[in-house]
Amino acid sequence: MLTRRALLKAGACALVAVAAPPRFLARAANAADARRKVLVAVFQRGAVDGLSMVVPYGDRDYAAARASIAIRPPGGGDADAAQDLDGFFALHPALEPLMPMWRTRALAVVHACGSPDRTRSHFDAQDYMESGTPGVKSTPDGWLARAVGTRAAPSSPFRAVALGPTLPRILRGDAGAISLTSLERFDVRASAEAAVARKGFESLYEQSVQDLLHGTGRETFEAVRMLKSANAARLAPENNAEYPRSRLGQSLRQIAQLIRSDVGLEIAFTDAEGWDTHVGQGAEQGQLANRLRDFGASLAAFVQDLGDRMGDVVILTMSEFGRTVAENGNRGTDHGHATAMLLLGGGVRGGKVYGRWPGLARERLYEGRDLAVTTDFRALFAEVAGRQLGIARPATLFPGWTGAPALGVVG
Amino acid sequence: MKRGLAAIVLAALFAAPAGDVRPALGAPPAMPSDEAAIVHALSRLGFGPRPGDVERVKSIGLPAWIDRQMDPRRLDDRATEQALTALPTLTMSIAELQTKYPRPKAQEKAADPQMAPRALYDRPPPDNRPARIVAEMQAARLVRAIESERQLEEIMVDFWFNHFNVHAAKGEVKWYVTSYERDVIRPNALGRFGDLLRGTATHPAMLFYLDNWLSTRPDFTLRFGRNRGKRAGLNENYARELMELHTLGVDGGYTQQDVTEVARAFTGWTIDRPRDTARFVFRPAMHDRGEKRILGMQLPAGGGLSDGERVLGLLIHHPSTARFIATKLVRRFVADDPPPTLVDRVAATFLATDGDIRAMLRTIVTSPEFWAPEARHAKIKKPFEYVASAVRAVGGHVDARAGFLLARSVAEMGEGLYGAQPPTGWPDRGEAWVNAGALLARLNFALALTQRRLPGVTLDFSPIAVDRAAPEATLDRLLLSLLHGEASDQTRSVLTAQLASPEIRRQTSDDRGPADTDVEKLAALVIGSPEFQRR
Repeated sequence: MLTRRALLKAGACALVAVAAPPRFLARAANAADARRKVLVAVFQRGAVDGLSMVVPYGDRDYAAARASIAIRPPGGGDADAAQDLDGFFALHPALEPLMPMWRTRALAVVHACGSPDRTRSHFDAQDYMESGTPGVKSTPDGWLARAVGTRAAPSSPFRAVALGPTLPRILRGDAGAISLTSLERFDVRASAEAAVARKGFESLYEQSVQDLLHGTGRETFEAVRMLKSANAARLAPENNAEYPRSRLGQSLRQIAQLIRSDVGLEIAFTDAEGWDTHVGQGAEQGQLANRLRDFGASLAAFVQDLGDRMGDVVILTMSEFGRTVAENGNRGTDHGHATAMLLLGGGVRGGKVYGRWPGLARERLYEGRDLAVTTDFRALFAEVAGRQLGIARPATLFPGWTGAPALGVVG
Repeated sequence: MKRGLAAIVLAALFAAPAGDVRPALGAPPAMPSDEAAIVHALSRLGFGPRPGDVERVKSIGLPAWIDRQMDPRRLDDRATEQALTALPTLTMSIAELQTKYPRPKAQEKAADPQMAPRALYDRPPPDNRPARIVAEMQAARLVRAIESERQLEEIMVDFWFNHFNVHAAKGEVKWYVTSYERDVIRPNALGRFGDLLRGTATHPAMLFYLDNWLSTRPDFTLRFGRNRGKRAGLNENYARELMELHTLGVDGGYTQQDVTEVARAFTGWTIDRPRDTARFVFRPAMHDRGEKRILGMQLPAGGGLSDGERVLGLLIHHPSTARFIATKLVRRFVADDPPPTLVDRVAATFLATDGDIRAMLRTIVTSPEFWAPEARHAKIKKPFEYVASAVRAVGGHVDARAGFLLARSVAEMGEGLYGAQPPTGWPDRGEAWVNAGALLARLNFALALTQRRLPGVTLDFSPIAVDRAAPEATLDRLLLSLLHGEASDQTRSVLTAQLASPEIRRQTSDDRGPADTDVEKLAALVIGSPEFQRR
């Protein structure tokens, strides 16, 4: 049977056969994939302190546990203090650029969210969150890759894209996800005289060998061709959006370019690093505040850039675990348990902090020291994937898990 | 059968040197000596063959070559040392580096706030900036991998630095990392695991990177310095990674309680004069003198420096450590999924020899698993291995300036040297390095290298291009020299088809003279081929 993908692929091949592909053909190929729903996942690697990102200032034990790093509670028009959300929680002041989205109900928080596994190893916890199987290391693929796999026949090499130099665990598998750091540089950069090289490389990887290298090679050249015809790298940010020059800012800028150029993007992933604040974490200002400022400004620029298009997009943030409730001996925090995750976008039922708050009183803490998990990350991820990507039984993305009642965070 | 006998005899010869530790367990060691085996050894125990290397190894014998690699001090490496003199920071002390490469003043930083990462890459950092220190180390790694006779030592330096990873961009580490590699990692890279563990535990780079220098008993109040009067306390960072990543492994049988207790044992292990000489010091006033209980071992109250030393001793001799280190070594040298039988034997060697790294490597290179057909070409080259092996394969030589550029290429493929932020270091599994963007970076590097767009890299195609007028023969020599007969039929036929291209087979203007084969372009295709991505 001739699939739609095969047709489109054949079309794409035909396009490269002529020197200058007619634009209308490229557009017709793109139109089939236009305006699909997109899920953007941002991983805060290193374990973000959820209690500083979304401050439970209404919990009487919060400030007491953190003599030098508690965020000043909102009040009295103090712009440098936390930004009130609902009278109990407040955003870190460095995340102020996200407040307009809270007010328009495009931003939601799921607090006390995390893994049922007790590990405090960055590596294992990230692995579990990306494989979607807490406590099981042998899972071969990532849950976002499985999410791609459950959907209708693939039609674009850009269905699943990771911004960064390596393909993350979460997208490894049979999804054919690609990773890249720069749309502009995503090509064989040969002088015109050496154009033979591009064709030669392509032929070398076209062989029918089924292995990681050949599979990646085939996907790569297909993607190079498509990106060239879509001209995504040339799209300037719209609506006066200004992205930070940070890695996260530039990754999100390029994800927006992929979305606006209609190359068939469904899942995008990027990392944000630098959250492992063992020493000198800071409060309203300081190390963590600087990271959050970049985080908030990058997300806000993305939302502004996409404008109405955000109606099709949901951003999901995640981090492998949270940090100790009490500050440690160096005005920092050590590895903890639950943290906060953010959702941003058109389909989000925002303006609300979701999840049962377990409390910070000592007897309520996980192992006597950490914020307890009341929302299994799989419940959140399944709901987001199910709603945003139209997956009928999203619990099946997480082998060994039977599902949980919906939070109702995505409409 | 004949070949098997010969292999046993050779292996017996090889294992002969006095004082050598034989593998504790397992089948009689077997080592083939055919050409393919030599290529395998050069690709696993070094950064791939240079033109002529296979013949050289053949002439001295593979076991003898491996023996020499195991004892790098006896290999004359003056040419490499000479090339490295262009990188003066390599021999400087921490104090000297802090004086000559001072922290930029706040106003200088403000004047130059947005130096884009690309601009930083495009030229080496100026000669008085701290970033220069790390750039010189990166360049040195490339120069050594490509030029040094001590190939196995370079592999092991890369392996152990990655195992005991520190991130050069974190705070003070950039002034410490030169000494860390030079004084701790390199001298012990083929020595004893325990020396590496003790050396890293007491080096300012590790003390700073994993924050132990700040970890104190509860309610300790600082009496001196900028933070006088402030209170400090326990920091778990080093204690956790010490067990998870340096010794036992995450499933090695420790608990959160052990992490806290180990952290208490290491309180007071700190840095004296961190912005000057930066030496390890034990400060009793910072130490938690209470009783501790770690993995069943009791440390009575009143202990001092000995608390941490006893923890290190316990970890060095723990069977979980032996298994964890064995697994990582076998993954590096044999396959992404290490054969359990070999892991068992290497772990047994670890325990029998008190963590003798040479002995463990001997267990590996004399194992059938190392030489097995399924182990050949089973590993995907990491970016660092890919770049170094490509330059070596085309007979390239590099100076320090080229080292800077090549390090940038390695970073573009995803492996920024000294730039791994998490304490896990860079992954040693193929799937981490194979993806669209990184593959294009590899192909672009193959082009830049062969088109001579990398200043400071000199190539020598003359042994391959002896007769440019004979394209088929030239391709044969190229495949032999770069892929050593390992080209698949398909690769060969794709490349043969390229010979018809007018860009590869350039006709003279009157179309009558002999064609001129573009060896450089063909070489780019071979270096970019799937086969060359493997070792």
